[in-house]
Amino acid sequence: MFLGIDYPTWWFLVVGGLFSGYAILDGFDFGAGAWHLFFRKEENRRIALNAIGPVWDGNEVWLVIGGGALFAGFPVMYATFFSALYIPFMLFLLNIILRAIAIEFRGKEPMLWWKKTWDIVYSVSSILLAFLLGVVLGNVLQGIKIGERFLYIGDGFFDFLNPYALMTGFTTLSLFMLHGANYLLLKTEGKLYEKLERLLKKAIIFFGISFGITTLYTLLYIPHLSDDFRSNPSLFVVPVLVFLAVANIPRLASKRNYRGAFFFSAISIALMMVLVAVELYPNLLLSTIDPEYSINIYNAASSDKSLLIMLRIAAIGTPLVLGYTLFVYKTFAGKVEIDENSY
Amino acid sequence: METEILARIQFAFTVAFHYIYPPLSIGLGLLLVIFEGIYLRTGKAVYHTLAHFWTKIFALTFGIGVVTGIVMEFEFGTNWAVYSRYVGDIFGSALAAEGIFAFALESGFLGVLLFGWNRVKPWVHFVSTLGVFLGSMFSAVWIVVANSWQQTPAGYHIVGEGFNARAEITDFWAMVFNPSSVERLLHVWLGAFLAGAFLVLSVHAYYLVKGKHIEISKKAFKIALYVATFFSLAQLATGHASAEGVAHNQPAKLAALEGHYPESAAADLYLFGWVDNETKEVTGVKLPGGLSFLLHQDWNAPVTGLDAFPKDEQPGQVNAVFQFYHIMISIGMALIGLTVFGFIQLKRKKLFDQKWLLKAFIWAVLLPQIANQAGWFAAEMGRQPWVVYGLLRTDEAFSQAVSANQIWFSLILFFVIYLLLFVLFLYLLNKKIQNGPFDKTRIQKNPRQQAYTQILTE
Repeated sequence: MFLGIDYPTWWFLVVGGLFSGYAILDGFDFGAGAWHLFFRKEENRRIALNAIGPVWDGNEVWLVIGGGALFAGFPVMYATFFSALYIPFMLFLLNIILRAIAIEFRGKEPMLWWKKTWDIVYSVSSILLAFLLGVVLGNVLQGIKIGERFLYIGDGFFDFLNPYALMTGFTTLSLFMLHGANYLLLKTEGKLYEKLERLLKKAIIFFGISFGITTLYTLLYIPHLSDDFRSNPSLFVVPVLVFLAVANIPRLASKRNYRGAFFFSAISIALMMVLVAVELYPNLLLSTIDPEYSINIYNAASSDKSLLIMLRIAAIGTPLVLGYTLFVYKTFAGKVEIDENSY
Repeated sequence: METEILARIQFAFTVAFHYIYPPLSIGLGLLLVIFEGIYLRTGKAVYHTLAHFWTKIFALTFGIGVVTGIVMEFEFGTNWAVYSRYVGDIFGSALAAEGIFAFALESGFLGVLLFGWNRVKPWVHFVSTLGVFLGSMFSAVWIVVANSWQQTPAGYHIVGEGFNARAEITDFWAMVFNPSSVERLLHVWLGAFLAGAFLVLSVHAYYLVKGKHIEISKKAFKIALYVATFFSLAQLATGHASAEGVAHNQPAKLAALEGHYPESAAADLYLFGWVDNETKEVTGVKLPGGLSFLLHQDWNAPVTGLDAFPKDEQPGQVNAVFQFYHIMISIGMALIGLTVFGFIQLKRKKLFDQKWLLKAFIWAVLLPQIANQAGWFAAEMGRQPWVVYGLLRTDEAFSQAVSANQIWFSLILFFVIYLLLFVLFLYLLNKKIQNGPFDKTRIQKNPRQQAYTQILTE
């Protein structure tokens, strides 16, 4: 216990914080990638790519740390979750690799066919990654077929492509595209900037529709997710904040305050993660077979001693990470400037 | 059974491929720090050019190292669920520390190292280079600590029984400084320095043989040769310490390394040989009693052999372990011979006139790579049948929820994508080498883009 909160809960907050940070950071660069093929000119594509050039790699670190944190704090969850969603995660890894190859290699040859090929790989993999993250999230929210001894006993891949997961997939993709468009607006000028202004409007509509449908579906068909809100009405403030944050994005965009819009798309992602955390807590992964088999933060956790060690590591390390993340973003703040070191 | 073998093949394949890159990043990182450090002290443009040139190659190895590393992190969960549950309490804190202290440091500063040449002051850039290098060194610390814990568990106790049994941490520092971590870490670091130094030697030897970039290549070659000579020799000491550790902590592994079967008898040291696991005989060239002497300074001292262990606690592939180990040792000796000879020639000012020697250095880049791979294969296959030595067997550790078909799918997927990755890597590496250190910008080839770049940067 620390400040009256037990260690598994602290670690739940750490993991949640890491995955939120990951969603915000890789969210905008997946989003930027998803728009890539909408830019027609080679110069524009290059600028868009270099907008994320110095930071995408650092953003993926959050995935690595988040995965490590899950392994470290909730080994049972890590083991069941990744072996159950084997194929989705393998496809995720495949796309992470393909996307990195595309970013690194597109600029290495002058031929147009070379660049165009990698542009397609880059954009399609960005879209699939955002979508897959959403699919995984949808399955976590619904629960999966966990049997005795935390063993997954479902049919595998096609089990995971259920209607709700597809909806959360589209919602995540649209949110990241919205977020990515906001980011690119901060990084570009001229014709490309004007084009992005038009694309942002489309993204807002795309997101509005998919978010609305997913919310309705959740309320109607997945009632267990609102249990916590019924039993503790003060939590109702979280979904209200989500809607306010989301509503701020079109408001600020219409005033062409894209810095503000980007800030609020980031806040929206963070608040949605809080919403997910509130809905799940203290569970991590529900069993759709028997609640007895569900994985929660207590039956999945490492020992208190181990958690305490890791909390200390996190307390020392997090300020450092934030410090040099800020330093890097400050170094590359402002509009993209292409030089001989660019992609 | 099939699932286990497939999971092992997939893990071995993905980790072996991954391990081509991080050692190069660590080794090249060291040379980048040296080049840029000299530039900061002397202000000579040639060292700036060297640092800038090698940064580009570093970027290539680093990028592939990151993506193939992400695969490794998740593969514990996807394919080794039982293992993950068993070791999570211990292994997790090492991985978490790696992520937060090491990987975040290197990836964070990487952006400045690669793209910040014109944006920050030279010393800030140097600090970023140093950050990336130290980050990659720390990365090795936590990974080797975790792996060493699997070889020589310490600072833990077992909680629960049967399916619920798992190792829980009792003493963090005892886990970190488990009996084999320090010497294995040093061995891994030095192997990485050699991988990087030999790549620099190879590329600049190539330029010298071709008669290109002569002056800059002589400077780079000299520096890399100092590094390579020093660490080849030092590797002898860490290697010896590792072998002594294995003898003490993992006697069955040591016995497999030299194909030593008798329960307790003087053990020979083979130069090379072939082990027949059925007849328990080794055919080859040996120094009788050599292993006994190395370990105990006594040619007749008894060493525990494989027969002292039940059949199901012996490594299954004794000959493979033996071969990998001897490949590593032979290469280690060859590296010492090559670098010391080169060093003497350098001091006699004859090095750069001897084309055959430079040509040898061009190809020698493969040697540390092969030795690094062979060393790990010997260490990991020699640990079998245990995944955690003496505690958890490999055939109990894989994911029950994953079918053989699913692994076939991912295995083929990884094979195809890594093949593509490797071809692209070689292609781009070659391209960068052909362009040479004075390739100011690749954009110059395309006038339209060049004009555009000027507009943007002015």
